[in-house]
Amino acid sequence: MAVLLIAEHNNKELRPFTLNAATAASQIDSEVHAVIIGNNSEEASKQLSELPVIKKVLSVEAAHYENFTAENYAPVVFKLAENYSHIICSANTFGKNLMPRIAAHLDTSQVSDIIKVISSDTFVRPIYAGNAFATVRSNDNKKCVTIRPTSFEPCESSGGSAPIEKIDAGEEFSNTKFVKREEIKSDRPELGTARIVVSGGRGMQSGDNFKLITEIADKLGAAIGASRAAVDAGYISNDHQVGQTGKVVVPDLYIAVGISGAIQHLAGMKESKVIVAINKDGEAPIFSVADYGLEADLFEALPQFMEELNKLNTIQK
Amino acid sequence: MKILVAVKRVIDYNVQIRVKEDGTGVVTDNVKMSTNPPDDNAIEEAVKIKEVGKATEVVAITVGEEKAQETVRKALAVGADRGIHVKADGILEPLAVSKILQKVVEKEKPDLVFMGKQAIDDDCNQTGQMLSALLNWPQATFASKIDIKDNKLEVTREIDEGLETIEINVPAIVTCDLRLNEPRYASLPNIMKAKKKPIEEISASDLGVDTSPRVEQIKVEEPPKRKAGIKVANVAELVQKLKNEAKVI
Repeated sequence: MAVLLIAEHNNKELRPFTLNAATAASQIDSEVHAVIIGNNSEEASKQLSELPVIKKVLSVEAAHYENFTAENYAPVVFKLAENYSHIICSANTFGKNLMPRIAAHLDTSQVSDIIKVISSDTFVRPIYAGNAFATVRSNDNKKCVTIRPTSFEPCESSGGSAPIEKIDAGEEFSNTKFVKREEIKSDRPELGTARIVVSGGRGMQSGDNFKLITEIADKLGAAIGASRAAVDAGYISNDHQVGQTGKVVVPDLYIAVGISGAIQHLAGMKESKVIVAINKDGEAPIFSVADYGLEADLFEALPQFMEELNKLNTIQK
Repeated sequence: MKILVAVKRVIDYNVQIRVKEDGTGVVTDNVKMSTNPPDDNAIEEAVKIKEVGKATEVVAITVGEEKAQETVRKALAVGADRGIHVKADGILEPLAVSKILQKVVEKEKPDLVFMGKQAIDDDCNQTGQMLSALLNWPQATFASKIDIKDNKLEVTREIDEGLETIEINVPAIVTCDLRLNEPRYASLPNIMKAKKKPIEEISASDLGVDTSPRVEQIKVEEPPKRKAGIKVANVAELVQKLKNEAKVI
């Protein structure tokens, strides 16, 4: 039986993690179908049909699908599920909100946030905020699996031409009403997908001092992160928080400035490809995960860092 | 309004966990345990709602082994009125827990069920959503703000793109984010008083729920260790290494 991928989109275009989830789905079975549930989302459906790994697109349109409400989405997927062995989507807030609702309808024990596909029923997933990896086998007939997007490469986005089949919409769930969405707009890359992240901790000493980080982030085209301590101290808003209770990031380069490296913070960044730590306390735990450690006062090191960057002829973006 | 709050006993969030050598799980013997952090936020919110006169009763429930009752006792010490302990041993998957909670909800008939958005041990992030599905109730997950308006809740949710606000009709499920509030500490007199508050004990099998796991845990291992890094002498060396050795800038 084929695998059903739930596409994430904003009605205009696919959201990027759909491509990572498509890769994971294609590792489970080569026959991947995708369902897109939305309102006036033809353009996003078309993008989905162009992913070479997708063999068929199922499109469900209605006004009440405009805002991705799980209570409206879940019955649609439940109805389609009889033809599929697996239901897949990303383990971001979209998928986390939605998938368990589908799994419960199907009486399936969901496997959350996998980082590796071993076989069609066996997966690896982090537990204890990534401090242990569990290999698990699902014994349910239908498997509901959410995938950690940063653990799978995005699939090719063009070259495919899957047929798009229209499916009838389901009823509206009247006890939940969408009110508004406030998206945090920034010219910088999103923290969860940025290639480079520069993060500040309690060592920054004030919100004002974060401008030292901002400057470097702008130069590198990086996203700005923060430890929980910096957020709790009010230096920066909580959407920048990296860690167990914030975002998990896996950039090519993570620069931790004035961050001691509490367990909860490490859980959110230690899978980064290259880690730099700048801290004046040479014993700080952050150095134990850093590829390059600089024991220095950040108020001297950051301006120098900026100077050195300015000397470079080219900077990868 | 009556609020049922589900709490889970987990390894304390400050403990560096250790994987058992035989790969069967994580060491829990002689390890400090406490209430799952966002479950504390769930209790705090329910108690606050009661304190402003918008709830009449707060009932704390846990599902788990004998010692799980400690988390209910703690909830009673910060203001819950009474407790329920559904006894069950072994690994409890969110699907089983949500079926147990469904049975209890059918009996207790709360208007709201609160719990943390995710447990920090298995990191599943499923139970609240599954319970909503089983009850066909609205769900407000990852809540960072709750406003009660008659028989509706306006809830602000933490989503990847920022914040989302939804309005849900009671009865409903809310899963709580750490940003919802600042949980209080229990005072000594309240800890003493909590010892006199009733905790009803039920067994999962009495509720007719099969809790045997559907997902087999094959092995648990430590994540690959990062290879030891180096200390650089100065900023110039750092930038040179990033440019020429790591090739990331």
